[in-house]
Amino acid sequence: MASSSERSPPPFPDTEDQDVLDSEEVGGRDSDEDDGEELFMSASNTPLTKQDTPTSPDSQASDLMEDLSVGPPSSQTEKSAASSSPEEFVDLTNNLESRVAAESSSPEPSDEFFDILGSETQKVEVEASVKADSGAPQSKASSRPEKGLFGEPDEDLFGGPLGAMSKKTTENEGKSGTAKAAGPTFSKPTEPADIFTEEAAATTVPRTSNTVNSKANGVHSEEDLFTEATVELSLDSPRSSRKNEETSKPSASSSSSSLSAPARQAKPPPAALEELEDEEEAELEDKFDVLVSVKDPEKVGDGMNAYMAYKVSTETTLPMFRNKLFTVRRRFSDFLGLYEKLSEKHGPNGLIVPPPPEKSILGMTKVKVGKEDSSSADFVERRRGALERYLQRVVNHPLLLQDPDVREFLEKDELPRAVSTQTLSGAGFLKMINKATDAVSKMTIKMNESDAWFEEKLQEVESADQHFRKLHALVESLVVHRKELSLNTANFAKSAAMLGSAEDNTALSRALSQLAEVEDKIEQLHQDQAAYDTFSFAELIADYIRLLGAVRGSFDHRIKAWQRWQDAQAMLQKKRETEAKLLWANKPDKLQQAKDEIVEWEARVTQFERDFERVSATVRKEVLRFEKQRTKNFKRQITKYLELLLQSQQQLIKYWEAFLPEAKAIA
Amino acid sequence: FQFIGIEHVVKTLRSVSVDLNNDASLLIDIPDALCERDKVKFTVHTKTTLSSFQKPEFSVPRQHEDFIWLHDTLVETEDYAGLIIPPAPPKPDFESPREKMHKLGEGEATMTKEEYTKMKQELEAEYLAVFKKTVQVHEVFLQRLSSHPVLSKDRNFQIFLEYDQDLSVRRKNAKEMFGGFFKNMVKSADEVLIAGVKEVDDFFEQEKTFLLDYFSKIKEATAKAEKMTRSHKNIADDYIRLSATLNSLSAEESTNYYIIKFCLKLFQNFLRVCLKKVEGRVASDEELKLTELLRYYMRDIQAAKDLLYRRARALADYENSNKALDKARLKGKDVSQAEEHQKRCLQKFDTLSESGKKELTNFKARRVVAFRKNLVEMAELEVKHAKNNMTLLQGCIELLSGN
Repeated sequence: MASSSERSPPPFPDTEDQDVLDSEEVGGRDSDEDDGEELFMSASNTPLTKQDTPTSPDSQASDLMEDLSVGPPSSQTEKSAASSSPEEFVDLTNNLESRVAAESSSPEPSDEFFDILGSETQKVEVEASVKADSGAPQSKASSRPEKGLFGEPDEDLFGGPLGAMSKKTTENEGKSGTAKAAGPTFSKPTEPADIFTEEAAATTVPRTSNTVNSKANGVHSEEDLFTEATVELSLDSPRSSRKNEETSKPSASSSSSSLSAPARQAKPPPAALEELEDEEEAELEDKFDVLVSVKDPEKVGDGMNAYMAYKVSTETTLPMFRNKLFTVRRRFSDFLGLYEKLSEKHGPNGLIVPPPPEKSILGMTKVKVGKEDSSSADFVERRRGALERYLQRVVNHPLLLQDPDVREFLEKDELPRAVSTQTLSGAGFLKMINKATDAVSKMTIKMNESDAWFEEKLQEVESADQHFRKLHALVESLVVHRKELSLNTANFAKSAAMLGSAEDNTALSRALSQLAEVEDKIEQLHQDQAAYDTFSFAELIADYIRLLGAVRGSFDHRIKAWQRWQDAQAMLQKKRETEAKLLWANKPDKLQQAKDEIVEWEARVTQFERDFERVSATVRKEVLRFEKQRTKNFKRQITKYLELLLQSQQQLIKYWEAFLPEAKAIA
Repeated sequence: FQFIGIEHVVKTLRSVSVDLNNDASLLIDIPDALCERDKVKFTVHTKTTLSSFQKPEFSVPRQHEDFIWLHDTLVETEDYAGLIIPPAPPKPDFESPREKMHKLGEGEATMTKEEYTKMKQELEAEYLAVFKKTVQVHEVFLQRLSSHPVLSKDRNFQIFLEYDQDLSVRRKNAKEMFGGFFKNMVKSADEVLIAGVKEVDDFFEQEKTFLLDYFSKIKEATAKAEKMTRSHKNIADDYIRLSATLNSLSAEESTNYYIIKFCLKLFQNFLRVCLKKVEGRVASDEELKLTELLRYYMRDIQAAKDLLYRRARALADYENSNKALDKARLKGKDVSQAEEHQKRCLQKFDTLSESGKKELTNFKARRVVAFRKNLVEMAELEVKHAKNNMTLLQGCIELLSGN
């Protein structure tokens, strides 16, 4: 438990029996959500400093809890009323204000989740957040209620949400309230169950949320939906869900981020993957629900501080967006910032996060210097296209689309400046170091692959990567040669015209100048063709190289998960040995501690194993999705490319056929 | 494809210099040639009904140097000063394909086997095409001589055709090479000198300005067309490499993804069949129809310019002889000798002018016909290739959208 305050990945919150935790979490989540909601509401008003944890809300929390236990409708109102008062909650949000707001919007589609992703998603979230929450306060406080919960019948566990909620709130506020909070849960075990049934019916839910809605702004209402959803879903108390806690763990150390954790974790639940697949299949068949376009690249500022800004327009039919059509202005680093956020959140879970185009110091410097030559225009256009495709890929991903950051990116007028993407910033430097260490560990970790599928796929991906790189180089050289040809054709056209003017045979002279004209047109054709080569072919391949990198990244994350599991196993082994030694040495005082440790590590091993399995499943699904999309995309692009070629051939025929009578007229 | 390509080359080249009269009395071709290191041995085959030859049909081995010798002797023959001597064939140049072959050998390690084989095949085809083209330019040179009413009767030409031993023409030694260079210098300087001589004939005056202008233009056009053709070839090469890479990619792509495989395969096939081949063809056709045409006429115009120079020289000589005669008359010394000289010069100049006029008019007609023929053929081929491309593309698109 002590480890919970650490930021490093492996810490594991509770040594207690996992089942207890699970059931407890189910409840805890609910409370968490409430907290979250209040937080969001108040957050917008008064951002204060963190770590400011008075005990007063204690009573409030329990009030709240009681209200809740009475029945959801009333509790909603109560909640919202309560929400205005506790500034303590606000504290938690502090600098994460924007994040929180985003979080609150993220669960919005929770009603969709019912159908699409299935309950599991929510479950996972629930537990994850609870874990996080319970982890946040110091160990003693949280462990106590868990023990209390332990051994309770199922109904009680369902009642848990309310109790846990109070517990949770108190935890957030301070350690003192925990025991008290835990109490009520048990005293009113039946009530919550009723709530559940009600909520399971799910009819009352939206309404209650609406009442809140009216008070808060639109985004927040979703939070309620979300809350209820989680409650309902948690009925089938999942076991698999623990995995998330480990990821949420680091953030748990600061309670503010623990709040955002659930939303984050919501995205990549393993169980939701079947649905995901179905959905994406549907998505593949259908038109995209969200169409993103990146337009009007524009240089802002002067000199080396200049940057490119793009107009990002979104067209959507999805109800999760406020409007059907909206446009925001984003600069390049914003796109990178979005990727950073997404990959940080979803990468470790095995999701393939579409990568944006790389920063190009050379290309950008040219633009900055302001040389209005064709190469910099070419560069800007290439990048614009790449950004558009990148964004479209993000919104096409059913899980990424749900991410609050994505929505914020698309919808919000002003984004906080993405700092970490600056080329030479300290953050960038840190990132570089991280990448280096990653590379080292990648080399050192020798994984004996148990799953032939992954091995095969990895090889496939790697060889495809190689081939695509080669292909890309070839297409680039094709483009260069095509441009050359275009230039040379233009030159020839000029000299043919000259020759025509020098020719003393009238008909021949005419034919030659006609030839010059034809060559001129053909030059244009070659130029267009070079553009097609670049934009429909070379860029397609460049995209795939980037994507293959992302695929490899997801494989790496899987291996990391595996490594964690192995490490935990090794640790467990060590602990067992210690125990045996102690047993032999007959030191009963230390023996208990050792036993506790073993229990703890056993739990971790199971946890990490499940983590690994979950990541594996995600990666597998993601790779399949990627391949399916690639196939489709490739086909589309190639067809497009061929059509463009066809067009230019048709033009060519036209030109030469028009020339033919001229040539024949020479006499 | 290789074979067809080469046949194609052969046929096209024959058309570069059209207007060879269809006189069947002296038919020359080069059915075979052997490449030995830097030397190319041509088998010159002659079929004739002329009595000046001992046999009606015979073959002799000749080298490029022999052709040059023949050309030089023709140029140096005083009697032919009024004729456009057909331009000598350019020296066989296998450097570019050889160099490419060398490069390919060096790059073998970085290529897949299939790619290498393909590139090698391509290069072999290119090499062969260059070889055939070389043969053809030599053939064309002989054919133009044989179709010329005066030049076909030339003794040296007949020896060249008939003498069944090695002509063992001495290669020019350094001194001679320098001499040739010096001669060229003198000629250029002389050209400048005699440029001041007042032209007496409007036809030649016009012809001179025209040819000078035309020559510079056609020279430029040739250079540009060569560049254009080269970049077209580069593109064809790119297509080969692309196609090979796509091929290996589709071969390695896991069998589970039939569609990708199919796509890639199709695309690769398209590239291979359509673009590489057609683009290559476009390049080689452009090369043959346009570049070769321009190149040939560039040389031909040079020959015509030489004729003009010789005539101008004769004119200058005549004027000088006039002056000499005046001087002689003034001094009253050697008058008859000077008169004789002046008469000879005038006569020479007149013959030159007369035959030059005929030759230049002929040349003009020949040029127009050749341009017409080649341009029409080129346009037709371009249309044909584009149509081929289109059909293939349509097929591909249909297949793609059908799946």
